[in-house]
Amino acid sequence: MTKQEALFTYLLRLGDNALVMGHRLSEWSSFAPILEEDLALTNIALDHIGRAQALLKYAAEIEGKGRTEDDLAYKRPERQFLNVLLVEQPNGDFASTIARQIFHSAFELQLFEALSKSKDETLSGLAARCLKEVKYHWRHAFDWLQRLGDGTEESHERMQKGIDDLWMYSGELFEIDDVEAMLIEEGIAVDNSAFYDKWNALISEALSSATITRPEEGAYMQTGGRKGVHTENLGFILAEMQYLPRAYPDAKW
Amino acid sequence: MAEIQDSQWPLWEVFIQANPGIPHKHAGSVHAPDKEIALTNARDVYTRRKEGTSIWVVPSDRIVASNPNDCDMLFDPANDKIYRHPTFYTMPEGAVGI
Repeated sequence: MTKQEALFTYLLRLGDNALVMGHRLSEWSSFAPILEEDLALTNIALDHIGRAQALLKYAAEIEGKGRTEDDLAYKRPERQFLNVLLVEQPNGDFASTIARQIFHSAFELQLFEALSKSKDETLSGLAARCLKEVKYHWRHAFDWLQRLGDGTEESHERMQKGIDDLWMYSGELFEIDDVEAMLIEEGIAVDNSAFYDKWNALISEALSSATITRPEEGAYMQTGGRKGVHTENLGFILAEMQYLPRAYPDAKW
Repeated sequence: MAEIQDSQWPLWEVFIQANPGIPHKHAGSVHAPDKEIALTNARDVYTRRKEGTSIWVVPSDRIVASNPNDCDMLFDPANDKIYRHPTFYTMPEGAVGI
């Protein structure tokens, strides 16, 4: 594996996380509990799509085979997508979406903070911009976690269930392999495994203040997304996302 | 607080300041269960295109409005008092920014 190949893979992992998360959140459009929340969730979706576009464009440049960000988003099959399993999980009810967002945002707070110091200037610049967005995403998820967790009996139950159901997808966030190891040495990538302690502290405190019970330490964790092995959910996402460009190649507005 | 009339959360009026130093201007309203969510909802609904540098939210039922039936009494008496405008003064030569 060359440094170029490693960087390409690293950028796909970051870019695919943003793309799939953005697509999932966009599914709330016109379905959110109220109009204001509809706009909030789709705003957050757009932040992710914008980030995906920048990351995949850079990935295509690094690959140097003449592909574009659209080729990478719309013409890769499922097994070539390298997003973590957490972001492809279904929206479920509103509490379940908030559970996914709180895990994801708490991780991204650490990720983009660290990545904004990368020696790769494209990545560090992008990360600094993302960090501002993520601070708001965290605030949004945190506010709702408090209100649902410490709300009515039903909202508490749903929030607890969302946290319990998605907990097994949180472990994969902190994995690293040869790809990251090579780039960490160069000062380009960041060490995801180093974020766990801060993430854990942030999540434990947020859950306890929302009267939600934190799932037990050492629970079984799912893995595979970063290597292209996905849950059945990703195929359905891609079927919808990629239908038009595949049915009508080079379609224009 | 007055009784909530619809099935949604309480209504909040949103005021946005477009640039530092200028007054906050009424932008519209949002529904929200409490003041923190009112603020984030206002941000998401009214400042998506860089409209603001500051937001105020106020519970709608805390705003006291004049009665439209009182328009004659409140506003008409000002109609024939054009001298209340400062346009009758001669500006000193060279005065700028007035």
